[in-house]
Amino acid sequence: MSYIKPKFEHPRAPKNTLGYTRKEYEGSLSTLCAGCGHDSISAAIVDACFELSIEPHRVAKLSGIGCSSKTPAYFLNNSHGFNSVHGRMPSVATGANLANRDLVYLGVSGDGDSASIGFGQFAHVIRRNLNMTYIVMNNGCYGLTKGQDSATADHGSVSKAGSVNNFEGIDMCAIAIELGATFVAQSFSGDKNQLIPLIKAALSHSGFSLINVVSPCVTFNNNPGSTKSYDYVREHNEALSSLDFVPVKEEITTEYDEIDVKMVEMHDGTFIKLNKLHQGFDPQDKLSIINALQVARQKDEILTGLLYLDTESIELNDLIGTVNKPLNSLTEKELCPGSEVLEKINAGLR
Amino acid sequence: MKPTNIKDSEYFHKVVDCQYACPAHTPVPHYIRLIAAGKYTEAYMVNWESNVFPGVLGRTCDRPCEPACRRGRVEEEPVAICRLKRVAADFKDDIAQYLPEIPKVKNGKKIAIIGAGPAGLTVARDLAPLGYEIHMYDDQTKGGGMMRSQIPSFRLPNSVLDQEVNVILDMDIVKHFNQYVTSLKDIINGGYDAVFVATGAPKGKDLPNLPGRWDAKENIHIGIQWLANVAFEHTNKIGKKVIVLGGGNTAMDCCRTSRRLGGEEVKVLVRSPFKEMKASPWEKEDAIHEDIPILENHVPKSFVSENGKLKGMFFEKVEAQYDEKGKRKLVPTGEPDVFIEADDVIIAIGQENRFEWIEKDLGVEFNEWEMPVVDETTFASTCAGVFFGGDAALGPKNVITAVAQGHQAAISIDKYCQGQDISDRPAPDVTLISTKMGIHEWSYDNGVSADLRFVVPQEDKKITLADRKKEVELGFDLQSAFKEAERCLNCDVQTVFMEDKCIECDACMDVCPTQCINFTENAEEEDLRAKLLIPALDKSQDILVSDILKTGKVMVKDEDVCLHCGLCAERCPTSAWDMQKFMYKTAKAGC
Repeated sequence: MSYIKPKFEHPRAPKNTLGYTRKEYEGSLSTLCAGCGHDSISAAIVDACFELSIEPHRVAKLSGIGCSSKTPAYFLNNSHGFNSVHGRMPSVATGANLANRDLVYLGVSGDGDSASIGFGQFAHVIRRNLNMTYIVMNNGCYGLTKGQDSATADHGSVSKAGSVNNFEGIDMCAIAIELGATFVAQSFSGDKNQLIPLIKAALSHSGFSLINVVSPCVTFNNNPGSTKSYDYVREHNEALSSLDFVPVKEEITTEYDEIDVKMVEMHDGTFIKLNKLHQGFDPQDKLSIINALQVARQKDEILTGLLYLDTESIELNDLIGTVNKPLNSLTEKELCPGSEVLEKINAGLR
Repeated sequence: MKPTNIKDSEYFHKVVDCQYACPAHTPVPHYIRLIAAGKYTEAYMVNWESNVFPGVLGRTCDRPCEPACRRGRVEEEPVAICRLKRVAADFKDDIAQYLPEIPKVKNGKKIAIIGAGPAGLTVARDLAPLGYEIHMYDDQTKGGGMMRSQIPSFRLPNSVLDQEVNVILDMDIVKHFNQYVTSLKDIINGGYDAVFVATGAPKGKDLPNLPGRWDAKENIHIGIQWLANVAFEHTNKIGKKVIVLGGGNTAMDCCRTSRRLGGEEVKVLVRSPFKEMKASPWEKEDAIHEDIPILENHVPKSFVSENGKLKGMFFEKVEAQYDEKGKRKLVPTGEPDVFIEADDVIIAIGQENRFEWIEKDLGVEFNEWEMPVVDETTFASTCAGVFFGGDAALGPKNVITAVAQGHQAAISIDKYCQGQDISDRPAPDVTLISTKMGIHEWSYDNGVSADLRFVVPQEDKKITLADRKKEVELGFDLQSAFKEAERCLNCDVQTVFMEDKCIECDACMDVCPTQCINFTENAEEEDLRAKLLIPALDKSQDILVSDILKTGKVMVKDEDVCLHCGLCAERCPTSAWDMQKFMYKTAKAGC
């Protein structure tokens, strides 16, 4: 088995505006099972960061515990990383973000990490609208402990051993919308054309972005009867839209039909261009997406694409009025403004 | 595009760039792996089977394999294939037990081979084990042909040459050496069933009409004749100031030999720009290393002598200009002619064939360039039973080409003598076998070394310039040989894709370090090449296209810079990718 990636790359490998090739955004060789959907998501993260020309040292990647949470070792080797406690990635991300709002925060979690042990943390980081991208690598099973049903396994899904799941599965996207997430998307690890622009848009969104990615576990949950297998997802995938992420500086010259194409402007002037495949659905209308999710559930469809976007999002730092600068750049003078200021504060509390 | 037909052995043959480029199609990665495994004798025999003179070629080959080497496209320098071949020759054990047995009872067919150079010896080696009675004619005292007369001993020691030539001569070959054949008719009438003409290109080109050429002719030499005179020890000194005319490898050998026979100020003068010289880059480097300046863009104008003693030469300075088609023209710059002093001049500007000994009424047709009309596949002439090979067949090339032609001619001679159709060519022996040893284990070392090319050490210049027979290159020691061998990308271990097993998880595409693998909608070749992750611009490199997969896409792999690292196969959950060792052996006479 190979543990080291060859250092060579294609001599004509494209470079981004920083002059970096994709290689600068890669990580170590994956030790996940061959064919794991998580590896495809890692590759999509690499592509998204490369294409956005994000400086790798400006990214903080955080994770909890699980197969999904191992993946930060397999992408962005030149970025900051924090492999935290099981289900506790959101609080570590919150602390980091409050201490340094200048970094790009990318949290990676799984269905066990987010929907079971970390469900509480998941809920609170959403309602606080922490400025981060939160990717759930959702395979519906505990791959690391031999494939037991997880909290996101669908009702009626059949495990590799043949047992049928009798419990309702948690719909991560529906929950997130309910809790006030400002960017919610769903995708499939086997569809990079959709996933890469979604990650790019999420990284550019100010506020909390959730991407729930159905990511088949080839070893324990890729069997007939499973609702998270490659075959099932391909058959039941219902894309709401095919989309492009349009960076702010790129001139838009396409002429489009209002009915089929929707340009959604984000806070920083970037756009998401949606070629709508679904009638009667508007990603900025919460009711329409909640309705669409319920209809999809009845029809055994997996809705993918950008589900919801709040362009008026105000992220946590702005909500609570934290200092604009990273704490590590504050000087003693700013941190200890003196007894006069203390007097004023005390007077204000009287 | 239609799915690639990998059942056609030519597809994978082409992926092994080095082997494909080698005229003899020596299985290069195979023997390099044997060297890495310390199996030098086996590595030597793989070479010997294919190219007959591994020790000679490991020092002197023109190495068409190296510019083709994939490594050269991935980093700066190709694998030192040629010098690794020498490692096999240097460190081999006794090979006697591996040599073919020569039948005591012959098959009743008698073959005459004229010329004991690389082509002639190859035919002898291929036919002697089949029971043919081989008669070999040559005007030199020993076998080897131009390998002996034209390649200086400081590049190819006699002991190496003798060993490899004698292995063949010891196959019951009847030697008629020291005998210049003056009539093909006499040979044909000598009761031979077939004749193989491998007389090389023994005539060095001259400049007979250059003013002053004949005034001091004692000190004006023809390159290959002069080298032969040195090799056979008829010549052992030269003047202090030497001009060598010509830009090929013979010129490089002449100038370097001059340095060893007393030449102190040796200069090479070439008509063309330096970078367009015919000499191999490494031979130019070696000449420059021995303090020999190479003056480009100098066209010889006249020889100057005083009282029958050579003084030097005048040259006209030119520059290269190119028309729209890229055709070169050397145009005088108008600068005054340059005079260069010389005690001796060596003309090394090319060589020609000599066929005045072939009677015109034998049925051997000659073309407008006075070359025999030879079939490029069978090497048969227009006279039944007379075959040509080596430089005598299609003009001067190199040793490895002569060997390759010898193999083909031997097949033809065998078929001819057995009454078979010589145009019916035997197929190569091809195998494709999985290297899978376990889930993620392969029977080859699939790690990709990041080392840069290792330099072959040379003996101190003071020592080599003082002794004409002292070999300059010392060859790799075993440690650097191993490291250099590890640079080989194992291009013969093929990435074989089985679409019926693929679940389109993208793992191979994601892990591929050079982004060769794509899953995309099918299209015509040109469009398909253009829309890959990194467009496949090099048309000489094929793309591997699968049949339609479940989602309607196809898998397309650009072979161009595939590292054969096996990661696609390691990360494939269903073994839709497999690393399979491809072996391609060209057919030999009697197979």
